[in-house]
Amino acid sequence: MLRRLSEDQPEEFSFSNRNLKWAKAQLKKYPKGRQASAVIPLLWRAQEQEGWLSKPAIEFVANFLDMPYIRVLEVATFYFMFHLKPVGSKAHFQVCGTTPCMLRGSEALIDVCKSRINGKQHSLSADGTMSWEEVECLGGCANSPLVQVGSDYFEDLDKDSFEKLISDIEGDKSPVPGSRIGRFSSEPSNTTEKYGRRKLSNENASIERYRD
Amino acid sequence: MLKEKDKIFPNIYGFHDRSLKGVMSRGVWVDTKAMISRGSDDIIKTIKDSGLRGRGGAGFPTGLKWSFMPKGTEKPKYLVINADESEPGTCKDREILRHEPHSLLEGCLLAGIAMGCSAAYIYIRGEYVREREQLEIAIAEAYEKGFIGKNACKSGISFDVYSHHGAGAYICGEETALLESLEGRKGMPRMKPPFPAGAGLYGCPTTVNNVESIAVVPTILKRGSNWFSSLGRKNNHGTKLFAISGHVNSPCVVEEEMSISLRDLIDKHCGGVTGGWNNLKAVIPGGASVPLIPKSVCDNALMDFDWLKEQSSGLGTAAVIVMDQSTDIIKAIWRLSKFYKHESCGQCTPCREGTGWMMRIMERLVKGDASVDEIDMLIEITKQVEGHTICALGDAAAWPIQGLIRHFRNEVEDRIMNYSTRKTVQAAE
Amino acid sequence: MATKTIKINDTILDFDENLTIIQACELAGIQIPRFCYHERLSIAGNCRMCLVEVVGGPPKPTASCAMQLKDLRPGTNGEPPQVLTNSEMVENARKGVMEFLLINHPLDCPICDQGGECDLQDQAMSFGLGETRYTEDKRTVEDYDLGPLVETHMTRCISCTRCVRFTTEVAGIDQMGQTGRGEDSEIVTYLSHTLDSELQGNIIDLCPVGALTSKPYAFTARPWELQKTDTIDVMDGIGCNIRVDSKGNRVMRITPRENHLVNEEWISDKSRFVWDGVRVQRLDTPLKKVDGNFMPTSWEDALSIASKRMENGNTTFVAGDLVNVEALYTASKLSEYLGSAKILGDLDTSCHLNERSVYVGNGKIEDLDNMKNIFLLGTNPRKEASVVNARIRKAWINGADVYRLGIQENLTYDVKELGVSLFDLQFFLDKMGSKKSFWTNAIFLVGYSFLSSKAADTALNTIRSYAEKFNAKFLVLHQNASAVGSLDLGFETDVKVKQELIKETKTIYNLGCDTLEVDQGTFVIYQGSHGDKGAGSADLIFPSACYLEEDGIFVNMEGRMQYARKAIQPPGKAKENWKILRALTEKLGFVQNWLDLNGLRNALFDEFPLISKPGEIIEVPWKAVKKQKKLNSKTSLPIYVKNYYLSNSICRASKTMGSLARARNSLNLKKAS
Ligand SMILES: Cc1cc2nc3c(=O)[nH]c(=O)nc-3n(C[C@H](O)[C@H](O)[C@H](O)COP(=O)(O)O)c2cc1C
Ligand code: SF4
Ligand code: FES
Repeated sequence: MLRRLSEDQPEEFSFSNRNLKWAKAQLKKYPKGRQASAVIPLLWRAQEQEGWLSKPAIEFVANFLDMPYIRVLEVATFYFMFHLKPVGSKAHFQVCGTTPCMLRGSEALIDVCKSRINGKQHSLSADGTMSWEEVECLGGCANSPLVQVGSDYFEDLDKDSFEKLISDIEGDKSPVPGSRIGRFSSEPSNTTEKYGRRKLSNENASIERYRD
Repeated sequence: MLKEKDKIFPNIYGFHDRSLKGVMSRGVWVDTKAMISRGSDDIIKTIKDSGLRGRGGAGFPTGLKWSFMPKGTEKPKYLVINADESEPGTCKDREILRHEPHSLLEGCLLAGIAMGCSAAYIYIRGEYVREREQLEIAIAEAYEKGFIGKNACKSGISFDVYSHHGAGAYICGEETALLESLEGRKGMPRMKPPFPAGAGLYGCPTTVNNVESIAVVPTILKRGSNWFSSLGRKNNHGTKLFAISGHVNSPCVVEEEMSISLRDLIDKHCGGVTGGWNNLKAVIPGGASVPLIPKSVCDNALMDFDWLKEQSSGLGTAAVIVMDQSTDIIKAIWRLSKFYKHESCGQCTPCREGTGWMMRIMERLVKGDASVDEIDMLIEITKQVEGHTICALGDAAAWPIQGLIRHFRNEVEDRIMNYSTRKTVQAAE
Repeated sequence: MATKTIKINDTILDFDENLTIIQACELAGIQIPRFCYHERLSIAGNCRMCLVEVVGGPPKPTASCAMQLKDLRPGTNGEPPQVLTNSEMVENARKGVMEFLLINHPLDCPICDQGGECDLQDQAMSFGLGETRYTEDKRTVEDYDLGPLVETHMTRCISCTRCVRFTTEVAGIDQMGQTGRGEDSEIVTYLSHTLDSELQGNIIDLCPVGALTSKPYAFTARPWELQKTDTIDVMDGIGCNIRVDSKGNRVMRITPRENHLVNEEWISDKSRFVWDGVRVQRLDTPLKKVDGNFMPTSWEDALSIASKRMENGNTTFVAGDLVNVEALYTASKLSEYLGSAKILGDLDTSCHLNERSVYVGNGKIEDLDNMKNIFLLGTNPRKEASVVNARIRKAWINGADVYRLGIQENLTYDVKELGVSLFDLQFFLDKMGSKKSFWTNAIFLVGYSFLSSKAADTALNTIRSYAEKFNAKFLVLHQNASAVGSLDLGFETDVKVKQELIKETKTIYNLGCDTLEVDQGTFVIYQGSHGDKGAGSADLIFPSACYLEEDGIFVNMEGRMQYARKAIQPPGKAKENWKILRALTEKLGFVQNWLDLNGLRNALFDEFPLISKPGEIIEVPWKAVKKQKKLNSKTSLPIYVKNYYLSNSICRASKTMGSLARARNSLNLKKAS
C-alpha cells in the first residue's frame, strides 16, 4: 500500500502538557544523543492525542527529537499502525486477516465491515464515526478471529458477536475487551471453568483488571 | 503431559494472583541475589548445559550465544528482548508479557548481569498495548522493590530495564531490524557481519533474545540444568510454550514438554482436530515461515527442532496452525504470501520484488488461473529469493510456497485444470 | 595494514584485510556487477547484484560489496578462503536478481535518457534472461518535481538508494529518503521539496538507471552521438576535472571526471549546468563605440584603434576571473614591453601578494582528508568552493572539528564559531597557541573576506607562523579560476595600488573583468566572451573564446596547473584570447619569439617553472615569517559577496543559473517569513 500524507492537514500540532511531560521523560530511557530512539513512541503519542498522524505532528516530533523531517516521515510511513489520514471518530476496526484468523472466519468479519462501515478499507463510514482495515497477524491467534480497536483486542469473534460489538460502539456503550466466548485469556475453552477461581464475567477480562 | 510442578509459567493464563506477593509466592524474585552471586561463568555454563535453544524461531543455543559477548569492553553492553511476536500463528510471548512479566524481568537481570550488560530494552510490538501496560507495571514494581535499577537485588550491580515499542512491522522481529527500529529508524535489517555481539544497539555489543528464552532462565538456574535437560529429546530440551490455532476444537497456548507428539498436543490440550484426527489435512508446525506438513507426516510428528527439520519443516516459534479437510490450502498459503508481501521492508531487491510476484502468482493459483508450467516457475522464483536477501524474511516467504507445492502439487494442478475446463465450457456455451 | 591472503577463483593473492570482496576482485582485474555499491558512499548492500560464492561459507551467496576480507574464514585445513565469481551459484543469483530488477522496470529504453549509458541495460544484456516471465501488472510510480536540474522518472527507480546516500552523506542535506515499505516504497524528497544543495546534479550520474536524469539535457542527444572532451572547469578556483559532451558545435552536457586529488568525482551544479550560458549573450564580432553606440567592425580596424591608443598613453592591463594563463602571459609580456601595469580585477587585498607561500599556501585539497582541526577564516566554502566543502564535510564526519571566523551560514556540518574579527582569532590562537598536538593536523582555509580585511598582511603572517612552527597547513580558497595564474604572473591585488593605477591610466585593457569601475574618459578595451557589464562600459570590444572554446592552462587554488581543452569552436569572429593579444603585439611592433601555442607555452614554462607540470603542484620555497604584531582589530571581517549562481559572465548568461538563483531567492524568502 502506498503511504502518503493526507491532502488535508491541520495548521499545527503540539503535545498537550501531559504528553509533553511524558515525552520528556521518555528521553531518559535512551543514552545521550540517542533521543531519536524515542521517535516511534512519540509519534504514537501524537497519534493517540489527535486520532491520526498529521504533517504538523510529524514535524513537531522531528523538531522535538532534533531529527530531519524526512527521517521522521520515513518512520511514519514505514510502520503501518500510523494512520496518515483521519480514521473513524468512534472506532477504527483493525481486522486480522492472516491465515490463522482466516481459517477461523475473519473473512466473515471483513464482510461485516464492508456492509456496515464502508465497502473500502481505510475509508470512513457515512457519518465519519467508523473506519476499518484488514491488518496482518495481531499475535492473538489462539483467540482468533480477532479485531483490534484502539488499544484493545476483541477476541474469539464471529459474525454475530462482531455485529454486536459494532452496534455497542455505535451506541456509545463501551464494550469490554477480550474473548467473546467467555474465555479468560488463551486457555483451552473447556478449562476456563476449572481455573475459574475468579468470577469470569466479561468485566473480569484480565487486561481490564490491571489497567490504571 | 507436562506435570504441573514442571511448569515454568504456572500463571500463564493469568488466573492466579498477579500481585507481586502472588508472583513471589510462586518463586519469582526469591533467590535472585544468590543466583547472581554464582557469577557470570556459572550462569552461562548452566544455561549451556541445560540445552536451552532460542525460542524466537531459529533455535540457536542460548548459552552459546551469550558467550559470544565480548568481555571487558569500554563500551556499554546491552541485552535486547525481542517481544515483537509477529510471526503468524505465534501468540505465546503475549501471555508471558501480560501474565508472567516478572519472570521475564528476573530473566533479564540474570542474563544481563551474566553478559555484563548495563541495561535491557524490551521491544514490544506496537499492537500489544495492554501487554505493554502490564509489563510497565511490573517494571515499576521491580524498580520500587529494588529488584532492578541501582544495586539490583542488593547485588551491588546496577541494571536497568526499559520497555520500548514498535508500530506495526513484522520485520522488526528480525533482530537487526529491531535494533534499527530501536534506534529510531525504519526497521531495515542490517548486513552481517558485524553481528550484534560485536556492534549492535548504538554500535555496542548486544545480545538479542526472545521473551521466552529469557523468561525461562530463572527457573533453569533455580532447578538446575539437569532438570531442564531431562525434559525433551536430545538437543531439544526443556518445556515450551505452544500456540495452537486454526481448526481445533479449543485453540490455546499451552506449556508442554519439548518433543511432545503433535497428536498429543492437539488431542490433550485442544480438544482434538475439528471433525476428528482423520479430518486433518495439514499443519504448519512452527509459525507462518515454516513449510507445512501433511497429515501423513503429522501422524507421527514430534514437536521439536530436529524432528521437524528432518521433515524439511521446522519448530520455528512452536506456533501450530492446524488445517482440516475443509481448508482451501492454496488460499491458506496465498494469504501467507500476502502477509510477506505486506511485510517486506523493501530494502533488498529479491524480497521487495519477489514477494509481490510470488503473491500475485499465488493469487492466480487460488483461482486456478495459471498454466501448469507456472508452478515450476513459481518454485524457481522462490529459489531466486531464498538465500539471496539480507535477512531471512526472503526465506520465510519462499518456504511456505515450497511446502505447498511439495505436498499438494496435485491439488494445485487440479485447480488449474478445473479452471481451464470451466473456461472452455463457458466459451463453448 | 594487515594483509589477508585469499583465493579469487584460482588465483591466490594478498590484500589489505579491510578491503571488501568487491574491491579485492577489482584489484585482481575482475569486475563484479553492482548497482547500489559506490566507492564513495556508505555500503547499502541492497541491490544484491554483487553476490559471489564464498567456498566453505554458508551455502548461499554473499554480497561482495559488504563483506570484508578479514571476515572470511580459512578452509578446514587452514587454506586461504576462496571466492568464486562465476560459479553456477553466482550465475543463478545474478540472473535471479536481474530478473527481479526488471519485472517492475519499464522497458522503455528507446525513450529513456539513460539509454546507451544505463547500468541496468548493460547488465541486463550480460546477465539477463533475455525474455520476461513476468506477466502481472507492472508497478506505476508518481514522479515529483525536483526543480530545474533533476528530472524524475520514478517508475524506473530500482531503489538502490545511491541518491539518498549521496545527498545525506556527501551533500549533507537531509531531504531525500525512502518512504513506505516493500514494493510500494518510494524514493522521495520531503514533501517533494526541491533539493537545497549546490551538488545535487551528482545524483544524475550516480543513479544507475534513468530515474534521475538531467533536465536541461533531457532528450537532446544520445550518448553515441556525442563528442567527448576532457577538460577543466572554471566556475570556481578548484579546477574540477570535467568532461564536455558536444554535438556539432553545441555543448550538450558537462559531467565530472574522477580526480581524487581535486574533485574526487563530484562537481557543483554551477559547473555542470552552466553550459547553456555559453551559447547566449556572446560577443561574436569586434565592436567599436561610435557616438555612444556599438558598431561592428573588422578585426583589422579594431586592432589598429587599440594599438593607437596603447602607443600613445599608459595602459593598464586588468585580468578578469576566467582568463587562461596563456592570455595572461601574452598580456604580461606586452605590458612589460609597454612599461605598463597589470592588475587582477576580481580580488582586492589590503597587501601586496607576491609569494606563493603567501597567496596559495602549503596545503592541498587532499590534505583535508587527514585533518583533525579545520579553520575556515573568512570564507563560505559551500558557496565559494562547493566540492571542497563536501570534502570538509567528509573530514568532519570522520571526526575533524571545524572552526570558523566570519561569515556565518549553514555549511552542512557543525562548526565552532571563533568570532567575527581578527581579534577573536588572536584570542583563540593565544589560548591554543602552545598545544603542538592540536596544530599538527590542522589546516587554515583562508577566504577572500579574510584577504581583503584591513590587516590581511599581519593576519596572513600570523597564520603562516603557525604553519611554520607546528607544521600546520594553510591554503587560500581562491574563488576564481584565473586568480592563482594571475598572481603567479605578477598581477597586482593591493587595492590602494590598484585604485591609484586606475585613476591615472588613460587606457584600460580589460581581459573579461566585469566588476571594474572606471572613470569617465578612460578608454576601455574589453576582451571577453560575453556581453556583460564589462563589455557594456567599454569603448572597443575584442570578442574572444570562452573556456570551452580554446586550449588553455588554469592554475587552481592549490597551485596545481591543469590543461583546459577546446571542446567547441568560438562563435562568429571570436578568437582565442592569446591570439588576439599576439596580433595586437605585432601591431604594436613588439616581436615575441614564438608563433604558436606550443611556442608560447615553452616560453611560459621557461620563465615560470612553477606552472610547467600538468596536474602537479610544484613545491615552493617557504617565505619565512618575521615576528608579528598581535592582531587587535575588532571590526568584523568584510563581507565578500557574490551571488552564487550568478558569479561570472557565463553564469549570468545561463537560463538554468538564472532560474536556480530565483528559486533560491524564493526559498530564502520563505525561510525568512
Ligand atoms: C523476518 C523475521 C522475523 C522474526 N520475528 C521474530 C519475533 O517476532 N520474535 C522473536 O523472538 N524472534 C523473531 N525472529 C528471530 C530473531 O531474528 C532472533 O533470531 C531471535 O530474536 C533470537 O532470539 P532467541 O535466540 O532467543 O531465539 C525473526 C526473524 C526473522 C528473520
Ligand atoms: S532514483 Fe536512482 S539513485 Fe535513487 S534509489 Fe532510485 S535507482 Fe537508485
Ligand atoms: S552492489 Fe553489493 S548489494 Fe548492491
